[in-house]
Amino acid sequence: MTAPDGDAAPDGLHGNAANAGPSPLGSGFMVICQVVLGAVLLLLWQAASGRLIDSFFISNPVEVGTRLFGWIADGSLFVHVWATVYATVMGFAIGSIIGVVLGIWLGVSTFTSRLLNPYMSALNALPKVALAPLFVLWFGLGIESKIALAAVLVLFLVFLNTYAGVREVDQDLIDGARLMRATRAQVITKVVIPSAMSWMFAGLKISVPYALIGAVLGEMIAANRGLGYLVQFSGSQFDSAGVFAVLIVIALLAVALNFLVEIVQHRMQQWRVVGR
Amino acid sequence: MIDLRHVSKTFRKQDEIVDAVRDISLTIAQKEIVAIIGPSGCGKSTLLNMIAGLYAPSSGSIVYKGARVSDINTDVGYMTQKDNLLPWRTVRDNVAFPLELSGVAKGERAVRADQVITHVGLDGFGHRYPQELSGGMRKRACLARMLLYGAETALLDEPFAALDAQLKLAMHDLLLKLAAEAGQTVVFVTHDLMEAVTLADRVLVCTRRPATLALEQRIELKRPRDVLNVRFTNEFKELYDALWERLRVEYHEERI
Repeated sequence: MTAPDGDAAPDGLHGNAANAGPSPLGSGFMVICQVVLGAVLLLLWQAASGRLIDSFFISNPVEVGTRLFGWIADGSLFVHVWATVYATVMGFAIGSIIGVVLGIWLGVSTFTSRLLNPYMSALNALPKVALAPLFVLWFGLGIESKIALAAVLVLFLVFLNTYAGVREVDQDLIDGARLMRATRAQVITKVVIPSAMSWMFAGLKISVPYALIGAVLGEMIAANRGLGYLVQFSGSQFDSAGVFAVLIVIALLAVALNFLVEIVQHRMQQWRVVGR
Repeated sequence: MIDLRHVSKTFRKQDEIVDAVRDISLTIAQKEIVAIIGPSGCGKSTLLNMIAGLYAPSSGSIVYKGARVSDINTDVGYMTQKDNLLPWRTVRDNVAFPLELSGVAKGERAVRADQVITHVGLDGFGHRYPQELSGGMRKRACLARMLLYGAETALLDEPFAALDAQLKLAMHDLLLKLAAEAGQTVVFVTHDLMEAVTLADRVLVCTRRPATLALEQRIELKRPRDVLNVRFTNEFKELYDALWERLRVEYHEERI
């Protein structure tokens, strides 16, 4: 579980150079440096390929780019990207809804949570990826099994955070509401859920990348489309350029998802004001 | 109306057993205003918690209007020492919370909340969040919320401790007026003897932990009281001095 104030920590990898502390260099200059570094690395890669290291293993940027443009030109890339995005989004939605509901339910009912405690711990300790064959059996080779795997990864993260948030609710606030004749439902909707809101959002935020992991892994195990399938297929064809091309697309997708989360989080700032 | 019968409360903290309250018996009449005074850290707050039904007594029983208190007592309004305003709600929404819980329409809620917010001198702060207010202002918001809940009994735990002298007087006046208007029974905990004598019909002095009743003094000052001037009357002075004399003995013993 992750404490809700975790997002206040400076994020060194994502170019917060401007507010990372006093720096003699402007952020514009830093962007130039970052681009130059990327170009240098690509050149080194191109130069090393075929001379220092067999291009069978590491391919080279020109070939990777060619492969990428080939897929874009014939439109096949978009089919795979869409399949992965769809599985990620659906998995995230289903997993987070179940996680939030389960977290609140177990959080407020002491008996059930104590009853289920050993089973939840065991399930949580289980590497969820190992469930993939089961999902293929249950949901088939189609997109449903990928959604299921993504949903399960998300579910546990969101559940644990929501549960912790509900457990953190100040008992005095609950007692105060009960003294004012709040019903159990009112206590949950007007005290418990708003109070746990920042924990829930923290859980949702950290689980976004896991939804993508679940979708890609599911596609790698058994599928006929999706980026996971494409990377698996390229690998089995000894097509290292293809593998690198898919990795780049997956990385870009992950960055885009992170960006989306940042925007949503920015709009949800109001929920962060909860501490006393 | 409120009957405490040989009430004791012990807490268990790991292996340590703490006696908070020991064998207190006491009867509070309807519309009576009772002040409980005693050294800090004695079981005064525990006593209020038990009347509110938040804790059950370890032994003895609490009877409220003929029925034994066994669960949360929703006939009382309880203003705790720590303000328990909801941090994600504005002052107005916090004050209106009891009305919202009982299903009063939104428009009416806002009007009634603004009225009591003005009563406690918080006008202009209705749209602020609790964490933007000072401790004294939060206390007043709690008081406003309790007034709006309109319980027949008010329990107040050091309600005016964080207020400056002038505001304290205004709040005393407000409390007495509203309690008289609504015919409320009031039980409040304080460590300010002046406040206790000014407001109460009866002052109860607790010993240090475990709290037992050391003495009880009726305050036969006429009502309605002028909270500003009552303290300059001779009767007030006599009562105050007598109580202070006995309190000093109590506190003196504590120091040894």
